[in-house]
Amino acid sequence: MSKRKIEVPLMSDLHARGEQPEYLVWIGSAGAYDDRYKKVSRSLIKVLTYLNISYAVLGVEESSSGDVARRAGNEMLFQMQAMTNVEILNGYGVKKILTADPHAYNTFKNEYPDFGGHYEVWHHSQFFHKLIREGTLHMNSDVFKDKILTFHDPCYLGRANGEYDAPRDVIKATPAEFKEMPRHKSFALCCGAGGGQMFKEAEAGDREVFIERTEEALGTGAEVIATACPYCMVMITDGLKYKDREEVKNLDIAEIIEQSLEL
Amino acid sequence: MVKQIVFILALLVTLGVFTYTFFRVLAYFKLTRQDYPIRHLGKRFSQMMKVAIGQTKIFRRPVIGLLHALVFWGFLVILIGSIEMVVDGILGTERAFRALGVVYDVIIGAGDVFALIIAVAILVFLFRRLFLHVKRFTGIEMDHKKHVDANIALTLILILMVSLLGMNAFYVQHAAAVGHEIHGAFPVSRFIAPWFASLSADQLYLYHEINWWVHILVIFFFANYLPYSKHFHVYLSVPNVFLSRLDPLGKLYTMENVKKEVQMMMDPNAAFEEPAGEEEVERFGVKDVEDVSWKTYFDSLACTQCGRCTAVCPANITGKKLSPRKVIMDVRERMKEKGPQMIKQGKDYSDNKAMLRDHITEEELWACTLCNACAEECPININHPSLIVEMRRYLVMEESSGPGDLNAIFTNIENNGAPWQYSQEDRMQWAEELYINES
Repeated sequence: MSKRKIEVPLMSDLHARGEQPEYLVWIGSAGAYDDRYKKVSRSLIKVLTYLNISYAVLGVEESSSGDVARRAGNEMLFQMQAMTNVEILNGYGVKKILTADPHAYNTFKNEYPDFGGHYEVWHHSQFFHKLIREGTLHMNSDVFKDKILTFHDPCYLGRANGEYDAPRDVIKATPAEFKEMPRHKSFALCCGAGGGQMFKEAEAGDREVFIERTEEALGTGAEVIATACPYCMVMITDGLKYKDREEVKNLDIAEIIEQSLEL
Repeated sequence: MVKQIVFILALLVTLGVFTYTFFRVLAYFKLTRQDYPIRHLGKRFSQMMKVAIGQTKIFRRPVIGLLHALVFWGFLVILIGSIEMVVDGILGTERAFRALGVVYDVIIGAGDVFALIIAVAILVFLFRRLFLHVKRFTGIEMDHKKHVDANIALTLILILMVSLLGMNAFYVQHAAAVGHEIHGAFPVSRFIAPWFASLSADQLYLYHEINWWVHILVIFFFANYLPYSKHFHVYLSVPNVFLSRLDPLGKLYTMENVKKEVQMMMDPNAAFEEPAGEEEVERFGVKDVEDVSWKTYFDSLACTQCGRCTAVCPANITGKKLSPRKVIMDVRERMKEKGPQMIKQGKDYSDNKAMLRDHITEEELWACTLCNACAEECPININHPSLIVEMRRYLVMEESSGPGDLNAIFTNIENNGAPWQYSQEDRMQWAEELYINES
């Protein structure tokens, strides 16, 4: 087995060469800066490379989608971000956006059209689900064989946009044993990070939301808690640390595929 | 004839009070702001058929949901009988709709069965409220008056169902006693009727009349009690679902007044294209009840305080002060408090209080994770997060008084395009030294 270096294609380079990739991959601020979540960006790119997908990223031209600013009440800042991003995306003639972040997914899909940004937006779980259904993506390895996996629904993929099946079907395409938490799909409990909570102290209460949710996930006996959102990843990882249960892994859908393909 | 006059007078009083209430509520609506336009009537109709008539969201709690759905469907059937009673009362007829034949038998028969089912369901509801500790019926917003209101409404419904069964039973037994033909089908009350076999025909007639009057007068009273009760939802829940948003829960609506400002900021030429209008400068976001949209006020009137929203709220579950039910109820409370004076003295009237802080605290607003569990759960599609965000918009854009940690991320996003304080130049560091295995 040999290793090959991946040079992640930049939109600006491709554009200069007169090339147009099929997908713009939106890395997101967490994907670029959060140490744990950077690994998810790397996994996502490896899988896309393995599958020979035509894509590029914005690189240093990328900026916050504005989701957190908007939900924290700063509509002014959100709109400035939205207009700037739309200008860049439209400038490159972007038609399809692929992202691992349900918040960016939601904002691009539902909120950017108000600012002239009309794109076909894919959450990576939906994208990989489509490839599995079409038979392009197979995960034959035994990496997850006999392992118990559970899935924590991100609010902005699930309730906000009604996507519950795609991430589950990706997990079920591995030989893992899939177990649901008591509160799942539209009944799922939030990880506690949305609406700006990720960046501030929680209000006074009996306990933290992420601990409540992590306990529920551990209650399934899972060895891997799968997530599909940068916020959820931070919160569940913190929860596992807090419960001193770090032998349990918290993996993104992209990482599960990457490990299954042994990339 | 006397009966008709008395009836028509009672009906006129009922309609009079109802009309007064209607215009009163309409005046409150005129104090509120615009919201999304009501388009796509076909989609709205199917949403109403599914969520309101089909009761799909109430079934998210299957057992108690089934009881509620039976009460609701029963009401729809019994309503036809009530309309007949009004016609009978005005015209002095007896069972005026009997000309419908078999259809009439089905309607009256179904109503007769539903009367028993509803009575049993109401007894279960009352028992739960009075003797069981159901967590979602508690909370700071659920003071004594709220529980009394709930129990009054349930008791009135129970009286309605008992009097309906009584009316039917005495009707059947009286017809048997005097040898009249029976109109309609009575699958339940024909088994009750023989209990009164020992009564004379006159007594049976009298008891029938008593039940008839009790039933219709309680309906008249109930009709005018509802708008002042949490049970306003009997009227408003179906229209509330019809009017509810069709967009995915994840979408927040764009503030057009902010958009204008941002466009001018980002494109100086735009400032010249549109001459400065004489438009009234509107406050950003919601501080007080006159800032809420008509739809949010509609939500607050339609809310029946069931607490399904609060029961699934992650903040509430973990002991924070936020209760989505309370936030919605506070809109109605505040309108009740301030609305009458605003109608009298104009929209600028101030009582030196506001919905923000005097009713809804910042602590409640900032505890929300915008997870949409409340909106997903609400059986009548109330949208709590949109109001919470509107109030945050006021705090952030008018007062700059959001939590310090959030102000810091705003500054970071402005300066370097990310909530964290990293240089935008480092946005590709994650991609360094990235290798893939090749077999």
